[in-house]
Amino acid sequence: MKYMRKDLLGLRELTFEEIDYILSTAELMKYILLQDVKKTPHLNGKSIVSIFYENSTRTKLSFDLAAKYLSATSCSISVSSSSVNKGETLIDTGKTVDAMAADVVIIRHPFSGAPHIMAKNVEASVINAGDGVNEHPTQALLDMFTIKEEKGTLNGIKVAVVGDILHSRVARSNIWGLTKMGAQVRVAAPATFLPPDIEDMGVSVYYDTDSAIKDVDVVMGLRIQRERQKEGFIGSAYEYYRYYGINQDRLKLCKKDALVMHPGPVNRAVEIDSKVLSSENSMVDQQVTNGVAVRMALLYLLTRKGSRKDVIN
Amino acid sequence: MLLIKNGCIVTDEGVFKRDILVEGQRIKMIADKIDDQECEIIDASGKMVLPGFVDMHCHLRDPGYEYKEDIYTGTRSAAKGGFTIVACMPNTDPVIDSKAMIEYIKAKSRTDGVIDVLPIGAITRRLEGKRLTDMGELKEHGAVAVSDDGFSVSNSMIMQNALLYAKTFGLPVISHCEDTQLTSEGLINLGRDSTFFGMMGISKAAEEIMVARDVILAENTGASVHIAHVSTEGSVDIIRRAKQRGVHVTCETAPHYFSLDSSYARDFNTDAKVNPPLREKSDIDAIKKGLREGVIDVIATDHAPHSEDEKNIEFQLAKPGMVGFETAVPVALTELLHKNMLDWTDILNKFYCNPCKILNLKCDGISTQAVADIIIIDPEYRYEIKTEEFVSKSKNSPYQGYKAKGRILYTINKGRIIVRDGELDREVI
Ligand SMILES: [Zn+2]
Repeated sequence: MKYMRKDLLGLRELTFEEIDYILSTAELMKYILLQDVKKTPHLNGKSIVSIFYENSTRTKLSFDLAAKYLSATSCSISVSSSSVNKGETLIDTGKTVDAMAADVVIIRHPFSGAPHIMAKNVEASVINAGDGVNEHPTQALLDMFTIKEEKGTLNGIKVAVVGDILHSRVARSNIWGLTKMGAQVRVAAPATFLPPDIEDMGVSVYYDTDSAIKDVDVVMGLRIQRERQKEGFIGSAYEYYRYYGINQDRLKLCKKDALVMHPGPVNRAVEIDSKVLSSENSMVDQQVTNGVAVRMALLYLLTRKGSRKDVIN
Repeated sequence: MLLIKNGCIVTDEGVFKRDILVEGQRIKMIADKIDDQECEIIDASGKMVLPGFVDMHCHLRDPGYEYKEDIYTGTRSAAKGGFTIVACMPNTDPVIDSKAMIEYIKAKSRTDGVIDVLPIGAITRRLEGKRLTDMGELKEHGAVAVSDDGFSVSNSMIMQNALLYAKTFGLPVISHCEDTQLTSEGLINLGRDSTFFGMMGISKAAEEIMVARDVILAENTGASVHIAHVSTEGSVDIIRRAKQRGVHVTCETAPHYFSLDSSYARDFNTDAKVNPPLREKSDIDAIKKGLREGVIDVIATDHAPHSEDEKNIEFQLAKPGMVGFETAVPVALTELLHKNMLDWTDILNKFYCNPCKILNLKCDGISTQAVADIIIIDPEYRYEIKTEEFVSKSKNSPYQGYKAKGRILYTINKGRIIVRDGELDREVI
């Protein structure tokens, strides 16, 4: 039996073996997902609560379906992020849910580290569904799952991540995970979008997208928040697309069978050209499907140990 | 009467073994050997004897935030840390920006305090950075300096006028240097740790730009400025060069800036959230060098207590600051004295002479007829810091478990023993 932590807070702290274990469990879950009748009893009698302090239709739905396919009792609540500052404490909310005997709490929060403080204060397992600019581990796991599914391995795979690395929890989780699994990661962005010492995470840095994506197996676009233009991080969406957009010409620089990925939703003609998005290379739909499989795997692994009090940490 | 025997007295000329006789509030006699009198005798063999330390930067949270600290607990915490005079910052509620508030601090200190509290008035009304306070009146009623600490005076014209207006009344201006537009959403030092731990960073430039501005304003106006809590190598450089040009600039740092780096804030540890943030190893080295070379004049505590509810929350919402009174001297001795960065006379200068000079206080040290504000330190005492033992109302400190060498054994304020054998005297609890 492989070791599993109480919580899934990020890929920074996970080992190669732990990530590998989650990905192979997700393979089984994908098999279930592809059946006509998807309902299985893996999570029968378990309860899952999602608390979203930030809007996210697709992540929320993905977790919800994952829980339901495995027969868990699941509920989700949305808390407007404006109320975060109005004295409702995160720990109190967590403890309330905990007191209702939830086995897993899924949390999405605009502040980095929010799931970590929740995890320290509740008995339930906590899954980070995105915290501030820190991590989005389930997104990275589904990305890695997709790459592994298509390429057979992550080891030695060349991945270019293009876009706002500084504000991207998806990028951070992917960098932690991919480098641990033996992939070579390049990041490409204007200097305003690159955090200091990012090389120390084990990636190579490019300002120039063409050189970054040359001969890569995977090119991953990131969502650009429109506000960044006003905040002075970039000149315009038009210029961003010109230098960092993944268009058909750029795609030719990658390996022929390169995968195009994006955490979605895509700003078309800003991050990725529509034709590229509808091409064979595009993995965007598979990513969504695999997201459910990965989340099923995590829910299963985190709740597996009988009583919630027996979970090893 | 009180007789302190066989202690090593630290002066600006060196360390001398002498006996000290205290009568009433003053030191009556200092001699090689004073025969035992009919009085309490403290055997200070192997211990260091210094004047009570002066902390020129602390937050007593009184009035308005007494759940974090008040003058009663704050002065006891300070005494336990070896301070007999503390100057408190005006970011209270209401703000200390009027003579009434100055009087409140003085009155409450007389009734509740066990050491001396000197109020610092605001530079601008309600710390809004817009209109200057009545600095003449503040000074007349007992303000020893002005500061908008917690906030930067971002308008350069207001800051220039503040320096000139304060100069008119001989009031030191203490500047909290921070370009808040550059700080933006930052939470910890911008660098490897902010990248790795997924938090927006605060660049060193956010501090250094304002240090440079204030130095330029001081130079152009001929006024003087004191820079609070210097935390970066770049700030030390700017101040060093300004001092070489003869600019009237002084500055302080706090113990956490020469002992802790940004790694303490990893894993979203809110106890290590301070403003300015903990920096990098190279900054720590530069701060130490700045202290040794005299570029940094003062070690202040920046004692900033917060309740558990304000710290045991999301990092982004947690209030910046750590309690500092009870760790400052042990940390300074451990990191600076015992590592031969500073000697005892330097320690005296950083914690006593220089703050006295900057705040225009008497600086008699341990001398005959001086007020008997005395501390006795056991420099060799090794112990582990335990935050639950703090006298302060708040316990927010990343020094939990820190291995210190050096401890305050006695704090005597105006002849009265406040701290005895390292603990608050029973009479003052
Ligand atoms: Zn300050």
